[in-house]
Amino acid sequence: MADTLKPPTEVPQTSDDPTQLVVRRGPLAAALSHQLVWPVVALVVLLAVNVAADPGFLAIRIQDGHLFGNLVDILRNSAPVLVVAIGMTLVIATRGIDLSVGAVAAIAGAIACTTLVDSASQGAAATAIIACTYALAVCVLLGLWNGFLVSVVGIQPIIATLVLMVAGRGLAMLVTDGQITTVNNDFFSGMASGFVLTLPIAFVLAVGVYALTALITRRTALGMLIEAVGINPEASRLAGVRSRTIIWTVYVFAGLCAGVAGLVIAANTNSVNANSLGLWIELDAILAVVIGGTSLAGGRFSLTGTLVGAIFIATLARTIASIGIPPEANYLFKAIVVVVVCLLQSPQARGALRAHLAPARSPKGGARA
Amino acid sequence: MSTATAPAAKQAPAPGTPRPDGSRSVWHRVKDFEPPTRFLPVFVTFALLVGMFGVGGARYDGFADPQTVLSLLTDNGFLVVLAVGMTFVILTGGIDLSVGSNVALSTVIAAKTLQMGWSPLLVVVTVLVVGTVLGTLMGLLIHYLDIQPFIATLAGMFLARGLCYLISAESIPITDDTFSTWAFSTLVLPGGYYVSWSAVVALVPVAVAAFVLASTRFGRTVYAIGGNESSAMLMGLRVASTKVAVYAISGFCAAFGGILFSLYTLSGYSLNAVGMELDAIAAVVIGGTLLTGGRGYVVGSLLGVMVLGLIQTFISFDGTLSSWWTRISIGVLVLVFVVVQRLLTRRQP
Repeated sequence: MADTLKPPTEVPQTSDDPTQLVVRRGPLAAALSHQLVWPVVALVVLLAVNVAADPGFLAIRIQDGHLFGNLVDILRNSAPVLVVAIGMTLVIATRGIDLSVGAVAAIAGAIACTTLVDSASQGAAATAIIACTYALAVCVLLGLWNGFLVSVVGIQPIIATLVLMVAGRGLAMLVTDGQITTVNNDFFSGMASGFVLTLPIAFVLAVGVYALTALITRRTALGMLIEAVGINPEASRLAGVRSRTIIWTVYVFAGLCAGVAGLVIAANTNSVNANSLGLWIELDAILAVVIGGTSLAGGRFSLTGTLVGAIFIATLARTIASIGIPPEANYLFKAIVVVVVCLLQSPQARGALRAHLAPARSPKGGARA
Repeated sequence: MSTATAPAAKQAPAPGTPRPDGSRSVWHRVKDFEPPTRFLPVFVTFALLVGMFGVGGARYDGFADPQTVLSLLTDNGFLVVLAVGMTFVILTGGIDLSVGSNVALSTVIAAKTLQMGWSPLLVVVTVLVVGTVLGTLMGLLIHYLDIQPFIATLAGMFLARGLCYLISAESIPITDDTFSTWAFSTLVLPGGYYVSWSAVVALVPVAVAAFVLASTRFGRTVYAIGGNESSAMLMGLRVASTKVAVYAISGFCAAFGGILFSLYTLSGYSLNAVGMELDAIAAVVIGGTLLTGGRGYVVGSLLGVMVLGLIQTFISFDGTLSSWWTRISIGVLVLVFVVVQRLLTRRQP
């Protein structure tokens, strides 16, 4: 309740800030204030670190008609987080959050794999398509459930999706009967390891989801309506926006995205372990969204930012592995990233920084309030 | 949302005929006693607990035994302490995702420093200080930089987990004599029942927290912030220090829980307590604390932990149910409580 009373963070802090009048804004400053600049700069810095550690890092070679190299690996590894994060972006834009995506991904993998194993012709492509459709249909149902709790019953998003986060892995275990189910289907495993047009299918799939979502939200009014709901659900409802339907829809979409990610992860290992599949992917997805500049307070979103954010996370994991830091330290770096991103987004921190910098520019120090 | 600082207890109307001197008979006072509605969620949880005991006792041999309750405490003492800290945070309308990682960090620090030959008392103090500092840092981020609790404690969660791995990626056994003595010492109650001392110690934070929340200025401020932070600020309450303090308390409780957990497992491992924050949150919710803040009791959280523990006991007594039913039933319980809370709060203006 408290955050409705705070000034919305998307209000530009320049107009009402006296210190800002001192600073002239040239084209460079305008370019720097674009919301995608910082994520891209961070990504470039990370890649530069890699190149410094290994000059051949960026090399890409063609083998058997496919692209191979670190960059291609990064793109492929970023796919599951990217798909989940796209769904999460829309949910966060409505001022919500979906904690259940990891559990939903596990359920999707569990259903697809058990369907494959139980079917008579396990190796057939048609079986794989049926299994995936079946899994995604269940994910849509789970998304409907989350959306129902949030939009109709009116439970806080964190709590509503917490229910499925807690129970979901239990449900996935129920589906797999607690076993690690292994499947053998070329079509299914192709989703993670295959290539199309020299690129990994997983990444193409993720970019496809990204492009489709961007098209639907940015070429129609839907994106604007989602942002309107995020800024003020009540006001947008009074303005004639069906805020309840929109909120419900974004949770269904997030469930569907989580399902796709779960299938990709399961295909990558050709197996499903209900306990570990997609574990903490919700946190990575939220991190990707936040890095991309989407405000957790809702009301605006950037799908391209999320794309950069997801690739950044995958690059971070690869960087840590390639410069010889134990992979477990990944968490430490993620913590630093979270704090830095939050500081950059926090109006208070920026204000403090500005107040700190302003006297340095004008020695009289009149700008300090 | 009303702040809980307002006296919610109304004098029950007295239909019983008053005596000439104005006082009523004990019988009438008992008959007309209506618990204040604010205690209702705690009573519901308590009734659930009793009901579960009844069902369990009817179905399984040896279930309806006081020892079951004591074992529940022994097996879930650390979770009780975590839930106490989490109650403070949730009462202010926040959330703390870092407690699970904080527990893991505490066990790893304890095991590592004991391995290095530190004295047990120094180890305990170190662990508590580290946990409290971590919580304080998150509180500072949340209050002064206006970062959402969810995200700030997410950072804390990653940080603590990462520090665990930096200290040791492998599980470290605790072989220290003092720790072993603490771990195995039990309190024998009359009738041959026993409970481990660490479980008894776990009840101390519950008592302290219940006192602090009920009868100190700090406790009232916690409720007031959860009711409406802006109003609390305008009333001149010390919002800033209180908000930072609840996260510090949560960090302290997590570290305390971590020590109890390291006594319980006698090891320190960076993969300990994965997802324990969810259990703590679930316990608080089942205990009747409102997730939007402002209403709830530590005793409810204690009962919530007992309910969670009892579900596990149920499943282990049954033998035919698989372990994953624990998570499913916890999810269902959280759902029921949240929906009921929602309906109750909707009715009130």
